[in-house]
Amino acid sequence: MEHTVDAEHHGGGTKEVIKVTIILSVLTVIELGLGFAMMGMEQGSSLKLAIKGTIVILMLAKAFYIVGYFMHLKHEVKNLIMTIVVPLLLFVWFITAFLYEGNSFKHLKNTYDPYKKELSTQKAEKKEEAKEIKIEEKKKAVE
Amino acid sequence: MSTTTAAVPEKLWSGGKSPFKVEYGKLMMWYFLMSDAFTFGAFLIAYGTTRFATNGWPNPNEVFRSYPFAGENANAPLVFVSIMTFILIISSVTMVLAVQAGQQMNKNKVVINLILTILGGIAFLSCQAWEWNHLFHEGAWWGRNPFLNADGTQSTTNFTNFFFTITGFHGFHVFSGVIINIIMLIMTLTDKFEKRGHYLMIEKAGLYWHFVDLVWVFVFTCFYLI
Repeated sequence: MEHTVDAEHHGGGTKEVIKVTIILSVLTVIELGLGFAMMGMEQGSSLKLAIKGTIVILMLAKAFYIVGYFMHLKHEVKNLIMTIVVPLLLFVWFITAFLYEGNSFKHLKNTYDPYKKELSTQKAEKKEEAKEIKIEEKKKAVE
Repeated sequence: MSTTTAAVPEKLWSGGKSPFKVEYGKLMMWYFLMSDAFTFGAFLIAYGTTRFATNGWPNPNEVFRSYPFAGENANAPLVFVSIMTFILIISSVTMVLAVQAGQQMNKNKVVINLILTILGGIAFLSCQAWEWNHLFHEGAWWGRNPFLNADGTQSTTNFTNFFFTITGFHGFHVFSGVIINIIMLIMTLTDKFEKRGHYLMIEKAGLYWHFVDLVWVFVFTCFYLI
């Protein structure tokens, strides 16, 4: 009896697993490739933001394949799919609202707290110093 | 009264059976995972909000650029973490194979794939332990952040706090998953499932394990790539 139930929501079997594994690996490799491509780019440039957006879309694609095929949700009945997916739609609002709020908070701080703004632009020269100290410390620690 | 149910062809809601066509335990595992998704989501969204509210942020490619047995000045960003990612994907695949073997009542195949999954989980945890240890020796910990922002300005401890909290919470999930899989292995080896006539328990453990992999997809993207 168990067998008939299982056979009903059985996916494509091993073939499907191999297919999804390949898709997940390819998506990961593309993500990594984009990550490497992004390295030399200037902070906050629009191309970098576009690449970050692409990576997020690829991430969602990976999530779809894991949940849909590995966790078998795609082969379940519609009732179950809706029970799981509909509450998760709250995330859309959750993410939009909070990120917007964070961004707004940054602008408010930068506008009304000049000291904070100053702090976040200063110390650009200190980087090398700090790094040198760190490297020296490390060298000492190694010795 | 009878007219209300007449429109539904399959009559999933007419009673007598689960409208979700899954066993009770599996449905509850789905609900648990949904709640866990919200927990992780809250963590990651808090991280995102803080990042959006901060002027500078450390460059992950400068922070995560070492790998085991590398020298002090190793500069290989993304390399080690991509290995961790692939370990988790592959262990997820072996878990799927274990679940499928369970559906075919093939005990030996279940055992082999479960062992591979457990090894993958342990390998991932070892990688994470190494990385935490490495970062700790660089001076990073909760409340301590030795890394500067990407633009060279002073960074806050938000970066390390979120990193250790979220990867730690995920690592704890991986650890629990390994324990659950070991229990599944013991139950398989002692023929518990054979006697029951089904391997449905493995499917529930599998759902949990895939969820852990799923969360890593998000953590990996949010901390190492973006």
